[in-house]
Amino acid sequence: MSTSTQQSSTGSAAPIAAPQPGGHRKLPSWAPWAAFAVAAVVAAVFSLATSWNIVLFVIYTVVLGTLGTYVASRVVEGPRKATDRLVTCLVVSAFGIALVPLISLVYEVVRRGAQRFDAEYFTASLVGVIGEGGGAYHALMGTLIITLLTTLISVPIGLMTAIYLVEYGSGRLKRSITFLVDVMTGIPSIVAGLFAYALFVLIFGPGIRLGIMGAVALSVLMIPVVVRSCEEVLKLVPNELREAAYALGVPKWRTILKVVIPTAIAGLGTGITLAIARVVGETAPLLITVGITNATNFNPFDGRMATLPVYAFYQLTQPGVPPENAIARAWTAALLLIILVMALNVVARLISRFFAPKTGR
Amino acid sequence: MAKRIDVSDLDIYYGNFKAVEGVNVSIEPRSITALIGPSGCGKSTFLRSLNRMHEVIPGARVEGKVVIDGQDLYGSDVDPVDVRRQIGMVFQRPNPFPTMSIYDNVIAGVRLNSARMKKSDMDDLVERSLKGANLWTEVKDRLNRPGSGLSGGQQQRLCIARAIAVQPEVLLMDEPCSALDPISTLAIEDLMTELKEQFTIVIVTHNMQQAARVSESTGFFNLNGVGQPGRLIEFNPTEKIFSNPDQKATEDYISGRFG
Amino acid sequence: MTTTSAPPATPRPKRRPGDRIFAGSAKGAGILILVILAGVAIFLISESVPALTAPAEDVPGGEGLFSYIGPLVFGTLMAATIGLLVATPLAVAIALFITYYAPRRMAAGLGYLIDLLAAVPSIVYGFWGITWFAPRLVPFYRWLEENLGFIPLFAGPASATGRTMLTIGLVLAVMILPIISAISREVFTQVPSLHREAALALGATRWEMIKMAVLPYGKSGIIGGAMLGLGRALGETMAVAIILSGSAAGITWTLISSANPQTIAANIALQFPESTGLAVNTLIASGLALFVITLLVNMLARWVVNRRADFSGAN
Repeated sequence: MSTSTQQSSTGSAAPIAAPQPGGHRKLPSWAPWAAFAVAAVVAAVFSLATSWNIVLFVIYTVVLGTLGTYVASRVVEGPRKATDRLVTCLVVSAFGIALVPLISLVYEVVRRGAQRFDAEYFTASLVGVIGEGGGAYHALMGTLIITLLTTLISVPIGLMTAIYLVEYGSGRLKRSITFLVDVMTGIPSIVAGLFAYALFVLIFGPGIRLGIMGAVALSVLMIPVVVRSCEEVLKLVPNELREAAYALGVPKWRTILKVVIPTAIAGLGTGITLAIARVVGETAPLLITVGITNATNFNPFDGRMATLPVYAFYQLTQPGVPPENAIARAWTAALLLIILVMALNVVARLISRFFAPKTGR
Repeated sequence: MAKRIDVSDLDIYYGNFKAVEGVNVSIEPRSITALIGPSGCGKSTFLRSLNRMHEVIPGARVEGKVVIDGQDLYGSDVDPVDVRRQIGMVFQRPNPFPTMSIYDNVIAGVRLNSARMKKSDMDDLVERSLKGANLWTEVKDRLNRPGSGLSGGQQQRLCIARAIAVQPEVLLMDEPCSALDPISTLAIEDLMTELKEQFTIVIVTHNMQQAARVSESTGFFNLNGVGQPGRLIEFNPTEKIFSNPDQKATEDYISGRFG
Repeated sequence: MTTTSAPPATPRPKRRPGDRIFAGSAKGAGILILVILAGVAIFLISESVPALTAPAEDVPGGEGLFSYIGPLVFGTLMAATIGLLVATPLAVAIALFITYYAPRRMAAGLGYLIDLLAAVPSIVYGFWGITWFAPRLVPFYRWLEENLGFIPLFAGPASATGRTMLTIGLVLAVMILPIISAISREVFTQVPSLHREAALALGATRWEMIKMAVLPYGKSGIIGGAMLGLGRALGETMAVAIILSGSAAGITWTLISSANPQTIAANIALQFPESTGLAVNTLIASGLALFVITLLVNMLARWVVNRRADFSGAN
């Protein structure tokens, strides 16, 4: 660090500030806080002078505070340290910016969704409902049925593929499957919906809408996620355990079923739960394959079904007259979706905590 | 129970790489045979070929013959899984199944093959095997605790109990003491001397004192250079190997002049 | 010793029925994935053939397939590009904050907070975007129109609802932020501590250490993460469908007006339920275009990420 720069820039203060060990002078630790406090006051005065706006106030405070810290540091500590402090301010602000959507989104969804979070919402469908009342029982059931079907399709295929990749696969087939699973991870959800539609149109003719179509579309999205996470987990099972089983005269398939999978069960459960959480809120593929209906339909092989995300979409975008009731229902559906996803995330974490093999060491 | 093993002209390959070449040896029943030699000389590979464990690695294959009491291990109609039921193995690092209790670990070989067995028979088998592995008194009160909660030496004896519970004829041990402290090592060595009453034991070890202490016969493996296949240089009674070996290479290795 | 002849002296190991069935079904599942992916491509192509061969005046819009899809492709690329440009620096800064600035004990929790953004279903982003976010951007758009209106991107008239291309770009940025930040975080934590300590030992400040050791090491990881984020943004459907006030504006560069080109995915979601006949084929053809674009972006991203893995010695 060039001491000459410091000396010249703080010429008058130089005799007082005795050089610290190592010849570096530092801002006291409260200095950045002070800079931001001053900035907040200035910003408040400035915003009050024009028109009060919380967003502008925060922006002014952050910009002025950062600037103040930078200038003070540059004067006392020199340009290198000042740049360091500037970056620190920027990095912290970036994190703060990311929290804005998160907090506002959760707040907004909870506030608006709580309005219709009542018993009727969970027991009634929309049959014969005009205006007030009604619920999303049919949509909730539809989402549960289709998600269950998706899981039943995806988990066996995904898990067996992961087993193939880890335990059996070799050579070109393994490489191409790994590559195509990566490709599949990137398929846009709407394209998965189109695929399921095109597939069923070939069989049943145009205009078809079935619950199972939605499950097929969601499976296209879920299978690669299951493969990926199960593959990672199976790789973590130590080879020594497989060898121990082989040495006891256990065939390979029994070794996989009774040693490898039980050892990895916590990770597999976590991965599969997170994969379910990933598809439970998918809207676009269901919009074009399952459609929407007002009545409760438990049969995924017969006609349209309602699902929560699609229900939320139509209630918000085509609310009818008066719009308030349908819009309130839409927000409650959004809240339910968030709760479902969060609950699955929590369950995933609990699985990984409680089902992990106890080492006892 | 114990059987003799005759190996003739055995070559072992990993893909195109020849790891072990031209092994001819007869291993006596009810005895301990030690295999010594520098790292990478193929002694572990050879040991694994005795119960076809090396086949776990893709591309591994052998030429030559391994005959156990007249039965060719590599005959075209022989299932490697059956071979491994007759010839048990204990590994370098203790590897009890982490999801299973001590009890379940011992009968893992039986249960994983889903053989039906009465509860009282299973209890007997567990007790017999743990006693056979000198572990019974230490764990009899906590059979339902996880096997991975034991100390390293206890875990290794648990693995031995697990191996002898399937009642094999031969027991292969791949450096069973290298991860253990001296006291646990001594316990395992004592155990081996007891076990040889029933089993044919083949042990790979880096510890020459251990080979001298426990074994009746010793084989010395060596290789001429990196990338060359390993060979069995000398196979003789342990006393002779350690006092007056036939080959100079053996003497050099044992007296610490290389390796 | 006959060394070179190497006949297959060991017969292929005999396999038990259980093993054969199990191995077979595992392999079958793997092959099924190939079949599914091939199916996606084949069905999309076969269903879009009618739109490709139809006379121009029969295609919705009346001017042929390419002038129908063209503005949609433009809208898709525009929205995703804005999202990418906003999200990447933010995500990198957040990843730096979590790995190198935040207190160690809090780092995992803060990371989880950012991951929560990825867990929110996209339709909920649509809800939030149209009711909370878009209206709050309106004054900002007015200001842009008044002060920077001479730049074509900010030419007026500014939207009164805030449902503009720029809003979509910002919402997409929030949505892909967690992916880019997660991948950046992963590479940043893999920077060998030797590199970092070497930089610090030379007397570097924290930022200089990051500039010297962390960013060069993590560069291709960041690029790969950004590409994956781009892939996600290109295919994002519901948030765009709800928020963007799309119209048949064709290709326009202004980001803050109510007349915007729609994106492919949102257009499919909005038009599909009401479409029949050739209109469906046209939508599927546009979906095929989206599939190809995301496929290319994702393959490029994987290539970049894997190249890093080969050269970093991290594995």
